[in-house]
Amino acid sequence: MFGQSGSSRSRVALAGALGVGLVLSLAACGGDKKDDSSGSTDAASAGIDCAQFSQFGDLKGKTVSVYTGIVTPEDTPHKKSYEAFEKCTGVTVKYEGDKSFETQILVRAKAGNPPDIAYVPQPGLLKQLVDTGKAVEAPKEVSDNTDKWFGKDWKSYGTVNGKFYAAPLGANVKSLVWYSPKEFKDKGYTIPTTLDELKQLSDKIAATGSKPWCAGIGSGDATGWPVTDWVEDFMLRVNGVDAYDKWVSHEIPFNGPESTAAWNAVGDYLKNDKFVNGGIGDVKSIAATSFQDGGLNILEGTCSLHRQASFYAANFPKATKIAEDGDIYAFYLPGKDASSKPVLGGGEFVVAFADRPEVKAFQYYLSTEIWANQKAKASSGWVSANKGLNIENLTNPIDVLSAKILQDPNAQFRFDGSDMMPAAVGSNAFWKQATAWITGQDTATTVNNIEAAWPKK
Amino acid sequence: MTATPVATTPELKAPAPSASAIAKKRLSSPWASLVAIVVAVLWTLPTFGLLLSSFRPEMDIKRTGWWTFFSDPQVTLDNYRAVFDEETGVNLADFFVNSLTICIPAVLIPIALAALGAYAFAWINFRGKNILFLAIFALQIVPLQVTLIPLLTIFVKIDISGTFWPLWLAHSTFALPLAIYLLHNFMKEIPAGLIEAARIDGAGHVSIFFRVMLPLLIPALAAFGIFQFLWVWNDLLVALVFAGGGDEVAPITLQLANITGTRGTAWHLLASGTFVSIIVPVTVFLLLQRYFVRGLLAGSVKG
Repeated sequence: MFGQSGSSRSRVALAGALGVGLVLSLAACGGDKKDDSSGSTDAASAGIDCAQFSQFGDLKGKTVSVYTGIVTPEDTPHKKSYEAFEKCTGVTVKYEGDKSFETQILVRAKAGNPPDIAYVPQPGLLKQLVDTGKAVEAPKEVSDNTDKWFGKDWKSYGTVNGKFYAAPLGANVKSLVWYSPKEFKDKGYTIPTTLDELKQLSDKIAATGSKPWCAGIGSGDATGWPVTDWVEDFMLRVNGVDAYDKWVSHEIPFNGPESTAAWNAVGDYLKNDKFVNGGIGDVKSIAATSFQDGGLNILEGTCSLHRQASFYAANFPKATKIAEDGDIYAFYLPGKDASSKPVLGGGEFVVAFADRPEVKAFQYYLSTEIWANQKAKASSGWVSANKGLNIENLTNPIDVLSAKILQDPNAQFRFDGSDMMPAAVGSNAFWKQATAWITGQDTATTVNNIEAAWPKK
Repeated sequence: MTATPVATTPELKAPAPSASAIAKKRLSSPWASLVAIVVAVLWTLPTFGLLLSSFRPEMDIKRTGWWTFFSDPQVTLDNYRAVFDEETGVNLADFFVNSLTICIPAVLIPIALAALGAYAFAWINFRGKNILFLAIFALQIVPLQVTLIPLLTIFVKIDISGTFWPLWLAHSTFALPLAIYLLHNFMKEIPAGLIEAARIDGAGHVSIFFRVMLPLLIPALAAFGIFQFLWVWNDLLVALVFAGGGDEVAPITLQLANITGTRGTAWHLLASGTFVSIIVPVTVFLLLQRYFVRGLLAGSVKG
């Protein structure tokens, strides 16, 4: 059957495949041309003070390689924000984004092939990289900048064994609840300012017969992580930031009363059949829904509230108006009372594997408020904890909200706990047990299993 | 011989049908055809769904399954435009070219080396031949994952990381054991008389290889070539580890893995991206498919 050469059918199929290939390559050529016309950007034309880089000497013609997990489309504003630096110094910044960053950076560090600079999204990973012996300490200029522009908590996340390695880069706020401003206006709901009010609002919506909350925790290998954010957020609120710090560093056990109380507080929402899963199904459907799709039903009116980080904005279709008076917006997940403002979040840190002057200069640039503002102008869906970031430079209302939350003097920022716990817990047992918990496992078994997974010293 | 008359003729029964004839008869029964059709449909259905998805609007892809296309057909080329759009940061065209640049040498190098090696193992006698062949055969069972970090360390030491060389060399290395084994078996089957005749005519190893072997080897080379091409084209792991150094050397599979965005928000682009990447393997397969089964059978089954 296969031996019959060149049967007419396979010729037709072949011609079809070749034809499509030809069309695609033509389309590719068209795409290339378009690139030339958009050469200049606003970031490059906005002048910055070039004199500050003279302390690093003549850098013309040098190259700095950057390796990150930030890929398209978020990589474009990153590249744009480097243009001012490249113009000033003559350095070329070679950007490489890779979604497998978190495993590949370790492979490359161990094999002796690390990039000059990596953006590390987790303090735990930073520690592993420092342990390979390939990471180099941040230069004094960067350390000074970090003292000047960032809070002490942020600097401590970039410090390993008492030595400061990595200055913070971007940040995201996870303590957000997405809602539809239009629905709230039409139905007369108000934004809650305490946990009790949040519960009352949920009851009120549930009384109308629709389920107030929607959630999705499916995320491939990482399925379950959105629950860990819920638990961390409630750990901060129910037990306070000090208990949270102890919980993350395992000074108090994972199956202790504080932790159990936080899980139960989350369970009042996520394991409550009256509250979830708006527009999708019952409690168990949370595990089967991907996190990207978890909150989209707000647009259809079948769900009113969705707790997810600031970066969730990108999941809504482009035509959605995300603003305080638009289709979708978010409010701060309230604290226990109106005066306490714990903020759960994440961020990236800049760690260097080389100490050449051009690498130092680039590290220095990234730690300045100048870069933060350049980046803010170029991007949407991005904020930094840099205190020099001018909120007016942010274009996206959600970014403005996030920046306001981060810069609030009363805010107590805490890094995502699962990113700081040992990998056996933070990116394994915590996720898996949380998923089992959603699909029916009781709280006591869940916290006991996670406690058992904690590596013994 | 006794005087027994030759009257008993149990051997005169119709000759037992050969195994291949039985197989042919069984495989061409209507039931077998039905099973084949069902299997074919089951295997094609997901790909077909992917093809439909690649033409559906973003919100439809994200909210409903592809089968809703039949009740509510909505078609757009936006997804294909998006994967060739510099503005959104994805331009598969550059990576498409990279993939070709990686694939072609990564197919030709092992084929050339393996054909020479297989000839030596099949028709040249030298000391330790069997041990060496056994070693190469055994190398097939070494999982390539264990070689990743040591190989990368070597590539960094000789300062070729960030170029195409690590990929070419790595893919060639991983392919050689199977290639040599496959081609060796194929060459062994060529009648010894043919080689001897050539030798009597005064041909040395070089002219035997080029004049006698190579023309006969073409189906096997093509079969292995397709195999290797598909493997290299679809490879993600090796590229992830060795293509470090930016967009200049990254193949299309790396970009496909990244196309969904940092947090997977653009997963609707996967379908169209996949179909762009699929074009080349499908073309290669259709061009060379008649060698595929023939070459595989010839190389692997004795007798």
